[in-house]
Amino acid sequence: MTVKTRVSQLIAAVSMLMLLTACAVSGTEGQVSSDPATETEEAVASDDKLIEVGFSQLGAESDWRSAHTESMKSQLTEDKGFRLLFEDAQQKQANQIMAIRTFIQQEVDYIVLAPVTETGWETVLSEAKEAGIPVILVDRMVDVEDDSLFTCWVGSDFKMEGMKATEWLYQYTRSAGIAPEELHIVNIQGTIGSSAQIGRSQGLREACENKGWDLMQEISGEFTQTRGREVMSSMLKLYSNLNVVYCENDNEALGAIEAIEAAGKKPGMDIRNGEIMVLSFDGMNPEALQYCAEGKIACIAECNPDHGKRIATLIHSLENGEQVEKYSYISEEIYSGSRDVTQLVLKGRSYPVTFLDSSEEGKVDFVTGD
Amino acid sequence: MTEKKKAGFRIQDMTDTNLLLAITIIVFFLMYIGAMVFQGKGFLKAQTFFNILNANASLIITACGMSLVMITGGIDISVGGVAALVSMCCAVYLDFKGGNVFGAVLISLGIGLAFGIVQGLLVAYLDIQPFIVSLAGMFFARGMTTIVNTAPFNVANEEFIAVKETRITVPGFGTVNKLGKYVPAYVEIGVIVALLVVIILFCLLRWSRLGRGFYAVGGNSQSALMLGINVRRTRFLSHLICSLLAGIGGFVYFLHVGSGSASHAMGMEMNAIASSIIGGTMLTGGVGNIIGTFFGVLSLSTIQNIVSSAGLDQAWWTGITIAAMLCIFLIVQSVVMARKKKALK
Repeated sequence: MTVKTRVSQLIAAVSMLMLLTACAVSGTEGQVSSDPATETEEAVASDDKLIEVGFSQLGAESDWRSAHTESMKSQLTEDKGFRLLFEDAQQKQANQIMAIRTFIQQEVDYIVLAPVTETGWETVLSEAKEAGIPVILVDRMVDVEDDSLFTCWVGSDFKMEGMKATEWLYQYTRSAGIAPEELHIVNIQGTIGSSAQIGRSQGLREACENKGWDLMQEISGEFTQTRGREVMSSMLKLYSNLNVVYCENDNEALGAIEAIEAAGKKPGMDIRNGEIMVLSFDGMNPEALQYCAEGKIACIAECNPDHGKRIATLIHSLENGEQVEKYSYISEEIYSGSRDVTQLVLKGRSYPVTFLDSSEEGKVDFVTGD
Repeated sequence: MTEKKKAGFRIQDMTDTNLLLAITIIVFFLMYIGAMVFQGKGFLKAQTFFNILNANASLIITACGMSLVMITGGIDISVGGVAALVSMCCAVYLDFKGGNVFGAVLISLGIGLAFGIVQGLLVAYLDIQPFIVSLAGMFFARGMTTIVNTAPFNVANEEFIAVKETRITVPGFGTVNKLGKYVPAYVEIGVIVALLVVIILFCLLRWSRLGRGFYAVGGNSQSALMLGINVRRTRFLSHLICSLLAGIGGFVYFLHVGSGSASHAMGMEMNAIASSIIGGTMLTGGVGNIIGTFFGVLSLSTIQNIVSSAGLDQAWWTGITIAAMLCIFLIVQSVVMARKKKALK
């Protein structure tokens, strides 16, 4: 057999195989390319000059994270002039770096990064900078020496959330004529070391020091309902004078309320008559909002996962060549089922308290006070 | 040499290995060209291809080792664990102990060799199932990684960062970015290592006595024994080389990510097996090609790239597409093989 005939046979075989595999390949390609949604997307992209945004999300580990992703997806839509490329890094920095490199090659207009860790971003962020693509950080920070590597940062101010809840407590008790010494507080903390736990605990500790409240114990409920219930029932056994519980998220608050009710006590705002006041954070759980409207939870300081709107506004400003603030905190509400406190003033800014109306069964109305 | 042979479809004249290799390469090119046509933009740039290489250099190296073991009729699922252990040990050595890069390379090779010798001995000389042996190896490696250091951390060793940041520019493939600046295309050092591994292993399998021994043992170990091949030694060597490559792959992975973590290289063994299969290596042994494995890795990550740049945003889409891809490859493989057998009759 000569080399020549072998080659020609190979070619014959190859062309045959191409036919064989053509249908197979078009099968996979079909999933990817001839998806009608994708095609229309591309058609629109070339027609109307959509702003392309590559978003590298660190993962999908919690409800908050899913809500955060959902917010980005619902705000950066084609109707609003965006085309969003979303990458879930599944908690791996290597995936995020790969995603950012893909975005750079795709020449997206903006990169939004929710970094999984703080270190190790210099190289890939300089690549983005070299390519002239602005990088917007969300939620967590990165630790880089040269802060021109990113355009701006958007996230939550956890300490401020703690300060809001405590300020609400301060104002409410003052208007109800309750002396600071009468407040006996326990803190059901979040997962120790998480930025939300650190900020919220700090807010409470400072307030207790300044206002002269009695902070009896701090113990972690790991952000879960089960742990919240366990911790609260042991606290109730330990301290008979306990009248305020500060829960660092809604799930813990729901658990704490179960424990309070199981112990034959009442969660509520009338602490003079033996009710136990529950303060909470997040404001994402519908059940918690309902409890808040009913007064079982006295007040909820919201932790807003809705970064999408802010990002969209930021990108529009950047498109118009405007300067944007380097670090911006997302605006967060404070909810209560009581009308006694309508507004909080902190660091020279006033925050209206949103009144939750429970007049309609199973439906929570948001009424903004002024 | 007759006219009849030339005119007819002579798929049966190709060896199984070459046939499967041809399928892999054709599918890869069709897929990549498809991506260029349908998605354009990123895929039209050479750097996208080089990025795939950069991110997958370690997978190419470990998948080559995996193919070798699979050709010999075995399997090694400890490679991901070994890679994670290597990255963590190197990270600790470089950051806490103030070591140098050369020392880190030696550590990687040492860990690879140690795993290779132990697993090879157990498989070849004590006749324990390779799956069980490497399962134990995987648990051991993952466990050890956590013992070495629990928390993930980034390495700040300057010498290491310099090596990590080294870029080899590929002339003639650069692009002008939207700022009007020329950005040259580049690959990382790991890619050079990966290509060297591919070339060396390809030559070894193709032209050396030992290389043919791997195929013979995997195809039919009884016949191989009768042919005078030292079956045990061949099996031992295949596991030794695979683990050694896992060590090298682990170092290249470490060089790419620059951090140590117990969750590194999670699932790498499965990606390596998938790449080998896409590349035309058969789990039953005796069939396979290193070039195919190389294209297998490229196919796998090209799919990932297509899925993400198509805006199919959920992580599970990648998994589903790869599963579909694997299915199609296996079906194509078995159909082609069946046709060939029929034609031979």
